[in-house]
Amino acid sequence: MSDALLEVSDLRVTFPARGRELRAVDGVSYSVYAGQTLAIVGESGSGKTVSCRALMGLLPPTAAVAGSALLRGSELIGLSDDEMRRHRGTDIAMVFQDPARSLNPTMRVGAQITEAIRAHHNAGRAEAREQAVELLRLVHMPVPRRRFTEYPHQLSGGMRQRVMIAIALACRPRLLIADEATTALDVTTQAQIMELLLELQDELGMALMLISHDLGLAASYADEVIVMYAGRIVEQAPAPRLFARVRMPYTEALFEAIPRLERPAHSPLPVIGGRPPDMADLPAGCSFAPRCRGAMDDCRATAPPLAEHEPGHRWACWHPVNGGTDAAAR
Amino acid sequence: MQPPGEEAPASGEEAQPLLSARDVVQEFTVRDYGGAKGGVVHAVSGVSFDIWPGETLGIVGETGSGKSTLARCVLQAPPPKAGAVLFRGADLTRLRGRSLLRVRRHMQMVFQDPFGSLDPRWRVRDIVEEPLVAYRAGGRAARRRRADEVLELVGLDPGSHGGRRPRELSGGQAQRVAIARAVALEPSLIICDEAVSSLDVLIQAQVLNLFERLRTELGLSYLFIAHDLALVKQVSDRVAVMYLGKLCEVGPGESVYREPRHPYTRALLDAIPGTSGSGRAAAGRPPIKGEPPSPIDPPSGCRFRTRCPRAAERCAAEEPVLRELASGHAVACHFPLEPPATPDARPVRLGSTTTRSV
Repeated sequence: MSDALLEVSDLRVTFPARGRELRAVDGVSYSVYAGQTLAIVGESGSGKTVSCRALMGLLPPTAAVAGSALLRGSELIGLSDDEMRRHRGTDIAMVFQDPARSLNPTMRVGAQITEAIRAHHNAGRAEAREQAVELLRLVHMPVPRRRFTEYPHQLSGGMRQRVMIAIALACRPRLLIADEATTALDVTTQAQIMELLLELQDELGMALMLISHDLGLAASYADEVIVMYAGRIVEQAPAPRLFARVRMPYTEALFEAIPRLERPAHSPLPVIGGRPPDMADLPAGCSFAPRCRGAMDDCRATAPPLAEHEPGHRWACWHPVNGGTDAAAR
Repeated sequence: MQPPGEEAPASGEEAQPLLSARDVVQEFTVRDYGGAKGGVVHAVSGVSFDIWPGETLGIVGETGSGKSTLARCVLQAPPPKAGAVLFRGADLTRLRGRSLLRVRRHMQMVFQDPFGSLDPRWRVRDIVEEPLVAYRAGGRAARRRRADEVLELVGLDPGSHGGRRPRELSGGQAQRVAIARAVALEPSLIICDEAVSSLDVLIQAQVLNLFERLRTELGLSYLFIAHDLALVKQVSDRVAVMYLGKLCEVGPGESVYREPRHPYTRALLDAIPGTSGSGRAAAGRPPIKGEPPSPIDPPSGCRFRTRCPRAAERCAAEEPVLRELASGHAVACHFPLEPPATPDARPVRLGSTTTRSV
């Protein structure tokens, strides 16, 4: 693959919490390539959202961000607001979970899109308006000219999310981050929005990062999947490979806990006990060890490093599923 | 009509459904606001179903399908505009005041957001005890004992969790408290409205298993409402699919999934992301177009016809009724899908060669 569009290395984010240090993101490294769809999957509090907001400079001032994130060679971490603004929109754009809260309820939809266009381009009023209608058409908004003059409350959830995507695309970003962008939507609307995102990705050649708690969504739409737990990456592989040869017991637990249509009704779901660790007081060894069925003494003593054990497949585990080989028939 | 006593008659329990909804209709009037059109919202339009003792009926539907309104119709909160809701043969829509309260104690509800449905100022033990106080069930000491008992039942430690307030709990623990409160009065029916939808997948699995355990241990029946078909199928004996205020398909969960007969059910199944890791190459059939029409102005005839690939003139003129095509499997469609030729014609959505130990 060609050079990375975005190269994140050893990203760390900490928050002060009652005199202690809450390690929300704890040494995360990955690359995103042009045209690629990368999914970052994890539960609430795994650090998936915080790590992406750090890239956009969208964290509260109390957050301490360290490490590096190179976007086409230029550093994003540590930029001032003004410097960051030059990257936002044009280089990276973001779509959030709740379109109802991300849109201004007192402004017409069209005005919100033209505002985004004019914030970054020296476009005249009429020109920006034409571009905005064009964007609405691009996101397959039905009757774009009429929607242009409507307010967010007049639109359905799916249409609002289309507006959010139109705004995000206003400056043709190279990287679009969709943070739980379809979580609040119905499943048929989710399928429509995901199809739209992939279609736009092909059309505009941008990279797409899907931040989601939904492993199924990642499996269906991403090329590459990263699984996060307690602020760290615990497994990463191309989607088909990850789902066929899961190595990290946490990923496997996530997989097994999903209700699946193939499963007979009333069959007990395999579950693991416990809860994710306190991020201000992480255990010494592997942070998943307290909940892991296969945990041994070495797991509790030393945290396993994330390493590429097989081509393209990284995991952080001393005792991977199937011993880390494909010998055992699954 | 016999007003039901404190305990419903034990005789004939198997002979009649625990709960029956008959042509339930619920409508609300909304005013115009800021350019959005007002009118009468046809939230539930003639829905009928039965739940037998010990059975779980799942209702799956998208936003605006009327599934939550239907749940509230069952509880008479508020009572439906028309139709009947029979609980052990007694029509709840004709009951008022005390006689309604007496029946309603046998039906409890668990909502989506545990933090929104638990009083933040109350301690866990008091929350669980409250229904017992409301129904004057036993003395103070007996109520305390019962509260501790149900906390144990849902896997919480009365000693360490009983004295906490909701905000000191995780989402999964808070939902357990809501479930403990629901089972405190030994109901026979629990209505779950998106009860696990806001939980992380590992916690969700724990709560789903808890529901199953309570079902077998306490002989509960459930009306399990959610937007996620896979989730609904996991816990349900029968699954009903709801679209724009009407049921379009009802049947045993397995046959609704393996042999969907309504085009909308098919579309819902196709839209579910699989876990085969196929990536985008095999992302499945194209999603259905468009969005559900407004329940203020639903289409004539079949309400799904505006998005249906099989729609014909007849669908606009004539409303399809729910009719049984196979044993226990009913569909409301003039042009139902044919069942697949072989049982395995439907692509299995699991990694093709994987058979994980379950």
